[in-house]
Amino acid sequence: MIAILVFLTALVGQITPERLIRAADEPRNWLTYSGTYSGQRYSTLAQIDRSNVKSLELKWLLQNQVAGPWESVPLVVDGIMYLTQRPNDVVALDAKTGRIFWIYKYPGATDYKVCCGANNRGLAMLGNTLFMGTLDAHLVAIDARTGRPLWNVAVAEFARGYSVTLAPLAVKDKVIVGVGGGEYGIRGFIAAYDAANGKEVWRFNTIPAPGEPGSDTWSGDAWKNGGGSLWVTGTYDPALNLTYWGVGNPGPDFNPAQRPGDNLYTDSVVALNADSGKLQWHFQFTPNDRYDWDSTQVPVLVDTTWKGVPAKLLMLANRNGFFYVLDRASGKFLFGKPFIKVNWASGLDTNGRPIQTPQPPGSATWPGQQGGTSWYSPSYSPRTGLFYIPTWEEVSGVFTSQPAQYQPGQLYWGGNFRTTRPAPDAPTAPNIRRGPINNWTDEPSHGAVVALDPHTGERKWTFPMYDLTDAGILTTASDLVFTGGREGYFQALDARSGELLWKASLGSAQIMMGPITYEVEGKQYVSVICGNVMATFGLRE
Amino acid sequence: MISYRVGIVLTLAFTTFAQDHSGQYPQTDVTAGARVYAALCIGCHGPNGAGVGGIDLRQGPLPRASTDAALTTVLSTGIAGTGMPAFRLDPSDARALVAFIRSGFDSNATAVPQGDSGRGRIIFEGKGACLTCHRVDTRGRGVGPDLTEVGRGRSAIAIQRSLVDPTGSMIPINRPVRAVTRDGRAINGRRVNEDTYTVQIITDAGALVSLVKADLRQWSVSKTSPMPSYKDTLTPTELIDLVAYVASLKGTGQ
Repeated sequence: MIAILVFLTALVGQITPERLIRAADEPRNWLTYSGTYSGQRYSTLAQIDRSNVKSLELKWLLQNQVAGPWESVPLVVDGIMYLTQRPNDVVALDAKTGRIFWIYKYPGATDYKVCCGANNRGLAMLGNTLFMGTLDAHLVAIDARTGRPLWNVAVAEFARGYSVTLAPLAVKDKVIVGVGGGEYGIRGFIAAYDAANGKEVWRFNTIPAPGEPGSDTWSGDAWKNGGGSLWVTGTYDPALNLTYWGVGNPGPDFNPAQRPGDNLYTDSVVALNADSGKLQWHFQFTPNDRYDWDSTQVPVLVDTTWKGVPAKLLMLANRNGFFYVLDRASGKFLFGKPFIKVNWASGLDTNGRPIQTPQPPGSATWPGQQGGTSWYSPSYSPRTGLFYIPTWEEVSGVFTSQPAQYQPGQLYWGGNFRTTRPAPDAPTAPNIRRGPINNWTDEPSHGAVVALDPHTGERKWTFPMYDLTDAGILTTASDLVFTGGREGYFQALDARSGELLWKASLGSAQIMMGPITYEVEGKQYVSVICGNVMATFGLRE
Repeated sequence: MISYRVGIVLTLAFTTFAQDHSGQYPQTDVTAGARVYAALCIGCHGPNGAGVGGIDLRQGPLPRASTDAALTTVLSTGIAGTGMPAFRLDPSDARALVAFIRSGFDSNATAVPQGDSGRGRIIFEGKGACLTCHRVDTRGRGVGPDLTEVGRGRSAIAIQRSLVDPTGSMIPINRPVRAVTRDGRAINGRRVNEDTYTVQIITDAGALVSLVKADLRQWSVSKTSPMPSYKDTLTPTELIDLVAYVASLKGTGQ
């Protein structure tokens, strides 16, 4: 009886499944990692517009107490912001003033294995409950009113390199997560849990076992440590009842000879039935990847006309440097074209499969290991019809392969890479933490915001930055683009021209998340995290 | 015959000049350490050891790990409040990892004959005229990069390369720049920092200037180093001595 009551509370509490489906209708809130299920990161809020954006002023700061890059995207629900901070804290605060209600500190294991820092990218909310994945590969449910834990289940074994760094996705009565650990020889999966009690409802293995569909793309026992991690939140189409997830690289990262075959479903997008986890279709971007090109980019769902016919599309700007358009009902490849310089493939065939042109040993490959874009969110504006990508321009690297031996909990790379540098001892851009002096310059590569026409793959405009960027993008119905970069500038651009309209210098620290916008008491705000500080801006009063 | 001998010496200098500490560690340890590094460290610190900003494992400085014992302690305890975790390494793996890091990640590094830094200093301050542009502690000018601690940040082989081919080995941030402001003022100097909207310069007159790019009429970055090559003006022995001196510059108190 108590269980039933709890279950009902979860469904009829503050955030109903229906509210999540219709999140676009309440732009005052930011209800999921990408704002809405579509992954567009587009808000219909338009109080801040091109005419007044110059009068944005700082409203409040939140000083983090934890060092390290802060990749989290907050949720905003009816005036309250919920935010994760390293390693696995949840903070509830007043979205209008930044004052804190409560902080939950997850008491998990501290000897977790993560390749790239103690990252957590955010939360999901359903009913009155928040859901967080943890570095020790658990899923925790927390009462949004009190900050008290409700249940806690193990998703996977952290000692073997599994972790959960992505923000969960709540769909109907379930919470969906995937596991990180693509550098540790894991076997990846996506799993759905009953939001009421944490019971696993379904699981989709991103690496098929022998006999399962797709297993013929693996040889021998390679599948056992085949990778296929998940570390960025997927999207969901309620009408098709399909949830879309971008899958990470195969393991070992740089030694394809150790895993002959296409290595499904690594570097793919998978469309799963949200009730059963059954695979509806898949599309692989980089078969037998040798470059560490996770396809964990957000699969953005767009309803528009395609060649004159109304269409349900999925758009994805891939780390491998190609932009793709798929039919999201069938998975059919419709269009693909490089959005940056590539030389690893001469193009795509009629099915979207790359015609691979591996470079000779010691020669540079474009893009490099970090790719043309990566996990930082793109945005699509239905008003401009443009797809906005944070890019790394002209980035290249030299890859080497060597045999890797799997040992539980240890890195399983199978080779190495080095970034091309302008002089033998020239520094290259740090990949974890940026210092205040840029001594790597823009010569090896630099960041940009690229506005792409998804119908042609042509750049409408490019906004170049001097340093690289790991900042996501937000677009609004007032044709603004908000984004950051590694230099700590928070910038507003004209969505149609790319012109810089406003900027704020938040210090020489990295913006490593996607800005969000919301409204409290009729006033629109934009929030961004730079370094160890969250800054919230609003119009001058 | 003479040119042949010069060629041999230069080749040796190029190929075997290695980093401080090299040659102190058994090659088997360095090789084993490379495997430990690839298994445990490479994810954060990267293949070049510079993946965590502000920390260059290959070239230093490592203030918390200035001795091998201190480095071993850091490996076993981690560094609280940072992303550096504690590792449970067996002693042979720890020894190997220390050897790999201390040998500058170069598993082929071998002991080499070092130049005479005392003689090198005389060349530095005399025939080489290095203080005309560079500064060491309070001596010299600051128009070129300050060399007070250059031996901490760059390996001997890198210093050798810079002396022979200054343009080809110039660190990009140090490139000479020229700006002309809207009111026609020309500013020449060396770039010390830059971002999308601004650039910071030390001018040829030694002044620190920060410029907003949008305010400039002209902005150019030269890829040609103003430093002369010492390839033909110093003998191979003088060059090795000069390298030894420059590599020994590790700041005051060293």
